[in-house]
Amino acid sequence: MSVVLFLLFFPLLVGGLVYVIRNATVRGIITRIAALFIAAASILFAVMTLNNGLVFHIESEWLSWFVLSLDAGMALIIIVLGLKHKKYLAPVLTLLQVPLLAWFELTHGEKMTVGNDIFVDRLSVILVLIIGIVGGLITIYTVSYMKDYHYHHQETKDRTSFFLAILFIFLSAMFGIVISNNLTWMYFFWEVTTLCSFLLIGYTRTKEAIDNSFTALVMNLIGSIGFVLAILYIGMNFNTVEMTSLLKLGINGTSVVVPAALLAFAGIAKAAQLPFSNWLLGAMVAPTPSSALLHSSTMVKAGVFIIIRLAPVLSGQISGLMVALVGGITFLIASLAAISQMDAKKLLAWSTIANLGLIVACGGIGTYEAVWAGMLLIIFHAVSKSLLFLSVGTIEHNLGSRSIEDMHGLIMKLPEMAVFLTIGIAGMFLAPFGMLISKWAALRAFIDSNNIVVLMALVFGSAATLFYWTKWLGKIVAVLGRSERLKNDIKRDEWFALGALAILTIGLCFIFPVISNQIIEPYFENIYGQSLPSILSAGNTHLMLLMLGMVLLMPIVMYIFIQLKDDKIVTSYMGGVNRGDNRSFVDSFGKSKEMYLSNWYMDKVLSEKTLSAVGIVITAAILSVVLLMALGGVL
Amino acid sequence: MKTWIIVCAYILLAPIVGGLLSGIDRKLTARMQGRFGPPVLQPFYDVFKLFEKESMAVNRVQNFYIIFFLISIIFTGALFFSGGDLLLIIFALTLANIFLILGAYSANSPYSSIGALRELMQMMAYEPMVFLVAIGFYIVSGSFAVSDIVKSETIMLPSLPGIFIGFLYILTIKLRKSPFDLSMSHHAHQEIVKGITTEFSGSTLALIEIAHWYENLFLLGFVFLFFVFLSPLGIGIGIAACLLTYFLEILIDNSFARAKWQVVLSSSWVVAGTLGFANVLILQWLKP
Repeated sequence: MSVVLFLLFFPLLVGGLVYVIRNATVRGIITRIAALFIAAASILFAVMTLNNGLVFHIESEWLSWFVLSLDAGMALIIIVLGLKHKKYLAPVLTLLQVPLLAWFELTHGEKMTVGNDIFVDRLSVILVLIIGIVGGLITIYTVSYMKDYHYHHQETKDRTSFFLAILFIFLSAMFGIVISNNLTWMYFFWEVTTLCSFLLIGYTRTKEAIDNSFTALVMNLIGSIGFVLAILYIGMNFNTVEMTSLLKLGINGTSVVVPAALLAFAGIAKAAQLPFSNWLLGAMVAPTPSSALLHSSTMVKAGVFIIIRLAPVLSGQISGLMVALVGGITFLIASLAAISQMDAKKLLAWSTIANLGLIVACGGIGTYEAVWAGMLLIIFHAVSKSLLFLSVGTIEHNLGSRSIEDMHGLIMKLPEMAVFLTIGIAGMFLAPFGMLISKWAALRAFIDSNNIVVLMALVFGSAATLFYWTKWLGKIVAVLGRSERLKNDIKRDEWFALGALAILTIGLCFIFPVISNQIIEPYFENIYGQSLPSILSAGNTHLMLLMLGMVLLMPIVMYIFIQLKDDKIVTSYMGGVNRGDNRSFVDSFGKSKEMYLSNWYMDKVLSEKTLSAVGIVITAAILSVVLLMALGGVL
Repeated sequence: MKTWIIVCAYILLAPIVGGLLSGIDRKLTARMQGRFGPPVLQPFYDVFKLFEKESMAVNRVQNFYIIFFLISIIFTGALFFSGGDLLLIIFALTLANIFLILGAYSANSPYSSIGALRELMQMMAYEPMVFLVAIGFYIVSGSFAVSDIVKSETIMLPSLPGIFIGFLYILTIKLRKSPFDLSMSHHAHQEIVKGITTEFSGSTLALIEIAHWYENLFLLGFVFLFFVFLSPLGIGIGIAACLLTYFLEILIDNSFARAKWQVVLSSSWVVAGTLGFANVLILQWLKP
């Protein structure tokens, strides 16, 4: 209980503190200590609640009104900011929601019986650990990063204390989402994350940043409408606003297709699935730590959390089919779109959208195998993706560019960063690392549940995934003749965060059988009331570990190899016109010309615009057909 | 115990069988082109000669990737012949190929870089179909394990006709046969320098060739799975089918000029998306 309060209120308190402290050194120290405390608290929380879970109820008349008034307060902020920047859609959308909730509270509030406001099980524990540990590391990284950021971006007003404060509030709201059982509370925390991401994206206050922040706000508010309607539907039909009651009703045979579809719709918007994916791509204008936070441990993870939570009642229903199709199509389209990206952050954004699509598809299919894969994907993705974002952030400060083309020969220029980036990339798609294990399970789950369309999306999308990651990896390892090693000024905080995330990325691959055994499988036993078979056979797990050992030996063997072998070093072949430095050649006029090796982006065939337009049309059609059927009472 | 014997036999004998197949390939190709052709043992002479040559490289790490490429290919083949999981085999094969690509990238020459990109494009082209092969076997036999698939009571081809044709299509890419030999060709007339292997010479080039022999053998093993059933006759039919397929690939190799990359990529995906997809769909419908 006290740990729960700590997780909810401590980040909030620290947020307030760092906002008022203007001395950068003091602020930095407080941030670091607080982040470590949050990470430690989340581990403590996990240890305390893992086996027995945690439920409790707060008996209070005024609490629901208090939450509602906070909702109204946030709505007011959105309206004021919307009017100030002459963006009227967001205020309109928020005005649709809060009055509805107030009306609901007035007319039906009396009849609601809430058993447990807080409900913690193993799924919440996983999310709490991700938010606490990965979120904490990102916050530590931010302290150094923002100093550099403002050194490189003199034109932007330094509002670091504001930025840090929002990060902490974000963490607190995320903890709120994953432990709330009362849907009106969850909605409140849900809106806090929307508002926080809006403020983070608009940090630089350029026109682009403001436009993108409002896009994010509008799309998330559209999603929240689904959330409000779901609360109304559940409240009016079942006299409850509890998530667990909804799940119990669904599992016992009552039709909960409509509220499940509405809540999943909110999740889809938050998880930046097509047709809403634009907001996450636009979020790239903000400083890198906020991207890392939005993409890995918070925000989008709230979207997939709710879908995985709903999986038992989505499974086999038309609402589940809707979710699975949207997720599958998003995975395929986003993977293809990533091929044409030259901007590293943009590539990472598309890859996030794709991977979340896979998690969403797993949740929509909702069988035991699928959800097992989805939960592992959440864990592995959070760690690898935050490592990648933070690496790109540091590389950008050192190279002055975040274009993948400029990372040519990174292994010579910034070897440490190349290693971090390689670990992150390998973690995203390569056997025997984490994401691949989950993809493997997802593939089997899609066949076993007869979802052939989603299966095809996975098969083709995976091939595209392989292409864009490997060509990036190739750029990094290219050995450019006579490269100078650049002065690397990675700060101590950045080292700490990057190193910890890299160790986590590799370490998780070793301990995932334990995670599966201790956390994920018991989670299903609680839901279905029976023990279930292991997904990955012991033999295959051992082979994976063998491969992992082999890959990890590589750097050591490479070192010995370089010492022992003395190949004769010659120039590379350039049709006989290599000028001897492997970097330039003699052209037809006898002049020297720089050689430039570009990567392959296929942007004419796989244009981002066409792909995302096609994806938006298809997914919007699927969503609107199912939701209109649901609301129209056909279901 | 039996598994270990098979794995050891594969590791020891695969280069010999693979080399012989390569020699027969060259002989047949020569005859198709109206030449006399080299002796069947020529590939072995070539490889021995390559080992004699002085070791040259553009940088100190590029050859290192090739060693890992060879180890991973042998690992993949061993997984296959020990009756392992088809999906794991595909993942291991992907890992192996990535080592080769990284080696070529690492050399940083224009020709090897283009070869690496083309190899990568070809991987993207064939991967969906390879997955569909595994999926097809899984639906029909109920298992991804090669050891279970070979124990089939009946021949599987009639259930997997679309998937088999699709697999033959992409096998042309994997065996590096024209028209799909964009990243590295055995024919001098249609190659820009030597594609992905441009910067590899001497013993390293020999290792790539040996890896290729290992690889060809378990690729033909996939063909074997379509035909085999639990009897000596089944094994005989399986081996005959492998040889026939290999001959067919040589015939295709000598009948087509190299295709553009757009054709390779789009046609492979279309084949996987129509024949493969339809086959899987029908299997799911018929499933009790």
